[in-house]
Amino acid sequence: MTDITTTAKELLEAGRARLAAAADLDRFVEAEREILGKKSALAALNSRLRDLTPEGRRVAGEAIKAARDALAEEAARLRSDLTERHRRDRLAAERMDLTELSSAPPGPVLDWSGRGTGHLHLVTSTRDELEDTFVAMGFTVAEGPEAETDRYNFEALNMPPDHPARGMWDTLYLHLGDPGQVLLRTHTSPVQVRLMESGQLPIYAVMPGRCYRRDTPDARHLPVFHQIEGLVVDRAITFGDLAGVIEAFTTAFFGPGMHSRLRPSFFPFTEPSAEFEVTCPICAGAGCRTCSNSGWIELGGCGMVDPNVFEAVGIDPEEYSGFAFGFGIDRLAQVRSSLSDMRALLDNDVRFLSQF
Amino acid sequence: MRAPLSWLRDYAPLDATVERLIEILSELGLVVEGVEHVGQGLADVVVARVLDIRPHPDADRIRLVDVDPGDGGPLQIVCGAWNFAVGDLVPLAPVGAVLPGDFAIAKRKMRGQVSHGMLCSAVELELPEPDGGADGLMILPPGLAPPGTPLAEALGIEADVVFDLDITPNRPDALCMAGVARDLAAALGEAWHWPFGPDGPPAEPAVGTAPIVVQSGDLCPRFTGTVIEGVPDGPSPDWLARRLTLAGMRPISAAVDVSNYVMLDLGQPNHAYDLDRLGGGGILVRRGHVGEVLTTLDDVERRLGPDDCVICDGDGAPVGVGGIMGGASAEVGPTTGRILLECAWFEPTAIARTGNRLGLYSEARTRFERGVDPEIASRAAERFCALLGSLPGGDRLRRGPLNDIREHALPSAHRITLRTDRVNALLGVRLDDEVIGGLLGPLGFELTAVAGGFEVVVPTWRLEVDREIDLVEEVARMWGYHRIERTVPAGSGRRTGGLDARQRERRHIRRVLTGAGLDEAWTTTFLGPGDLERASLEPGAVQVENPLDRSESLLRPSLLPGLLKALRFNVDRQLEDLALFEIGRVFAPPGEGRILPDESEHLAVAVLPPPGSTPTAAVRSAVRAWQWLATALRLEEPALEASPVPGLHPGRSARLRAGATVVGEVGEVDPSVGPAYGLSGRVGWLRISLDDLAAAARRPGRAVEVSRYPAADFDLAFVTTDDIPAARLLDTVRAAGGDLLEDLTLFDVYRGERLGEGRRSVALRARFRALDRTLSDSELSSLRDRLIGAAAGLGAELRA
Repeated sequence: MTDITTTAKELLEAGRARLAAAADLDRFVEAEREILGKKSALAALNSRLRDLTPEGRRVAGEAIKAARDALAEEAARLRSDLTERHRRDRLAAERMDLTELSSAPPGPVLDWSGRGTGHLHLVTSTRDELEDTFVAMGFTVAEGPEAETDRYNFEALNMPPDHPARGMWDTLYLHLGDPGQVLLRTHTSPVQVRLMESGQLPIYAVMPGRCYRRDTPDARHLPVFHQIEGLVVDRAITFGDLAGVIEAFTTAFFGPGMHSRLRPSFFPFTEPSAEFEVTCPICAGAGCRTCSNSGWIELGGCGMVDPNVFEAVGIDPEEYSGFAFGFGIDRLAQVRSSLSDMRALLDNDVRFLSQF
Repeated sequence: MRAPLSWLRDYAPLDATVERLIEILSELGLVVEGVEHVGQGLADVVVARVLDIRPHPDADRIRLVDVDPGDGGPLQIVCGAWNFAVGDLVPLAPVGAVLPGDFAIAKRKMRGQVSHGMLCSAVELELPEPDGGADGLMILPPGLAPPGTPLAEALGIEADVVFDLDITPNRPDALCMAGVARDLAAALGEAWHWPFGPDGPPAEPAVGTAPIVVQSGDLCPRFTGTVIEGVPDGPSPDWLARRLTLAGMRPISAAVDVSNYVMLDLGQPNHAYDLDRLGGGGILVRRGHVGEVLTTLDDVERRLGPDDCVICDGDGAPVGVGGIMGGASAEVGPTTGRILLECAWFEPTAIARTGNRLGLYSEARTRFERGVDPEIASRAAERFCALLGSLPGGDRLRRGPLNDIREHALPSAHRITLRTDRVNALLGVRLDDEVIGGLLGPLGFELTAVAGGFEVVVPTWRLEVDREIDLVEEVARMWGYHRIERTVPAGSGRRTGGLDARQRERRHIRRVLTGAGLDEAWTTTFLGPGDLERASLEPGAVQVENPLDRSESLLRPSLLPGLLKALRFNVDRQLEDLALFEIGRVFAPPGEGRILPDESEHLAVAVLPPPGSTPTAAVRSAVRAWQWLATALRLEEPALEASPVPGLHPGRSARLRAGATVVGEVGEVDPSVGPAYGLSGRVGWLRISLDDLAAAARRPGRAVEVSRYPAADFDLAFVTTDDIPAARLLDTVRAAGGDLLEDLTLFDVYRGERLGEGRRSVALRARFRALDRTLSDSELSSLRDRLIGAAAGLGAELRA
């Protein structure tokens, strides 16, 4: 009876010594199997239990379990030490003086690759093209933060708290400031507010950038997407100027024979507001599946800057007027490249990236 | 909103083709999202009785069917459906009929047997499928009509067109048939009129009123109650049920249907209470109590509070969330004999607040939060009583007077000065007063001419029009956006377009990297909670309060996890030889006293050479990408400084400097991080902060004269200990070389037993040249000695 308990204690001590002696991970694994495995001496002890009285069985069983648990715990600790030591040794062995590389003349960056030139992302090349078009029309390019306060994203844009129009955007909020105070911008319009607040007039600018909405991704929507907006603030700007700029952009960007049209709509920050449609770039207006046979595709929204917005940023709406417009870059890229599912933009599959 | 044309025509003739009406609706800003043609293409289809069914002599899957098309028959039809029996009534499209989709039926032979028409399924006729959606022919109810009866007549279907309109939030008036028709009539130059007169049952004082107490007049400025007795209990007549169905609502019972009808027709949400089940026989309108609970009609328990307007019965027990949704307790049902009809007006911002907090949407909420005509309630109550009284069994209906409780001022009709000059200046048009008056008048605006324009009284159904700019928009809308001449902004004439330095540099970086063979990636801004630890990044990232998914609950503090995932995506598709870069924003928690995250723009490069590449290929590519960029961006004194970087291999990582400015880091991704993202190969990594880069010193764009004299090159190999970085040796030697040293590069590194542990030989090539002469042997010899001497100062010996 006692002799099982004694043996268990002996096996525990022997096991400890054996584990501690293992110099590397391979030998440790071997030692662990011999000490704690199914064929170990400790496991063999169990088979001797059935000859004992119930009380003896209980005492001896507990002794075996105690030894086993102690060894398992020890093994786990040693294993993690050894793994960490192994890792440190490997990292140390791999230490390099990177300045040996940077002091040599730069050869090809990917000298292991037989590839040719790389590719800009479709969204980037579309954005560049849009920027270039507007720059040629006399616009500058403005940018701003992607995380914004409620004031810049909503309030200064004529949407006080509880304004029903806020429901037009599903907003992602950040765990910062007061609840609902800090958010991921739902459009690039906050950049307009910042530009106007800066007080440097006139303004002829476009604002491209990343925006966020709490939308489930599908073939036509991503929760993370890119938008470009435009803002003109100057003396004597008219709705006719807005329509003229949209038309000039449409022809410059999509090509001759491509036109635009405006339809009344509603946005809290513009009035009068409009949706703008352009000749379908797939069928050039003849009618196809992309445009539901209408010959037109809806590109974005626009309108004259609402006087309340001017007042919020300290511009006198009687002296200045202006217009704003905006649309999705990804969506435009999708239409132009006949991309069936927008989610491909986020996959970064090199077979996709290298097409553009 | 779904608007059946036949319903709109209650208000004006709307004498135009459907195509033209769609065009006008869009030009009015009532965007047509869809058009449904109902019951068209049925003109020639008749009811037929099946007389006999016989097998086709030469085909297994089609049969010969004899039918009675009304003249007794038999008429032989070849048919492929199997779901009917002799004696059934079925729709027949005889020869010459044209089915929906311009499908003309002709006499034809099928495997030698003549078919004199086609027996039709519900789908072929664009009719709703019968319950159970049977496969095959549409089987008509037995005894529906004698054979030969036109199907449309038998089923009571009238041809109609339903416009599915997207009504913008600024047009609450267009959330009803009356409002849509008003816009259309104005655009067509037609007169608009109420389709019904005061023809309802008169108010009988004997019926009495129910007591109504409004305690929260600020939330509910107007509450009207009308007691109605002798309510008919049957289903609605077909015409009413059909209109509701076309408008997208399910007919339920006479009282409920009339309630919905009045809302759709006039825009007044209303509520019919079963007066005999209403505790205390009356209504109390008050603010909610903290902790008060009400189960709304959608069977959800709603927790109310003091900001909410609660409708209670006369005993004070809640029966509804005011203006949003009723409760189940006093709902009208088949046994309802007496109704208390509520037509009220609720404060829009309070409705929006309560609706948002409860996450509760309803037709009533949509209308009230945008703004219902505060003066339409009595007309709506009249209409309700008249309609209900006109239904079968409605002749016993009696109504009491309107109990009109106004505890608070209602918004009054706005008066706005409209300046003609302002209209023309903002729109870029030249409209005179007569034209402007002609555009606004038909919409219900009352115009009085004053100097320079008009004094305009806004109709109560357009209360959101409260500024001059709103009237300017109405003028533009009614004039037609397409008629406004397109111009180029004259403005103040001062404009120069262009990109700023950062924007140009970003493009430059992209050109360099794509030129080097890298592909640009775009990864999401969001990371999951485990990503920081997985990528060995420092803890602490900005949290998203309401992420759509837990895997998107953090804002990325680094581009590393996103790019590793992108590499993995490709590896999983057997794509190897990967080199990606990304330029994007990263986020750190805000600094002290700030609430916006610390946002900066990073460039990152991640390369994964194919399996079998040398173990240093990845890190070498990353270092070379840095060298290319440093040259292209003209960085002054670009340098690497060995340093541990979170997420990178501690023995293969370095900070990047341009002069005194740290701009990023380069190295190899920590060998335990790659596998955590399912990558077995070594990943080269380069990160540069574009914000820091902007502050880095650049070589001036000044031309440096190049020498026309021959150069003298010599190679020197120095043995140094490993703890002296190669760059330090080069810097020391370069400094010693002075102005005559044109170029100095490392071209070989050798380690071997002969040199001993911890030592290596670094081979340098120095090129000397003077601007004004050929260097003499003695000059070169002393220069060489100077280089060797400088190296010796670092303990580096010239290798024999």
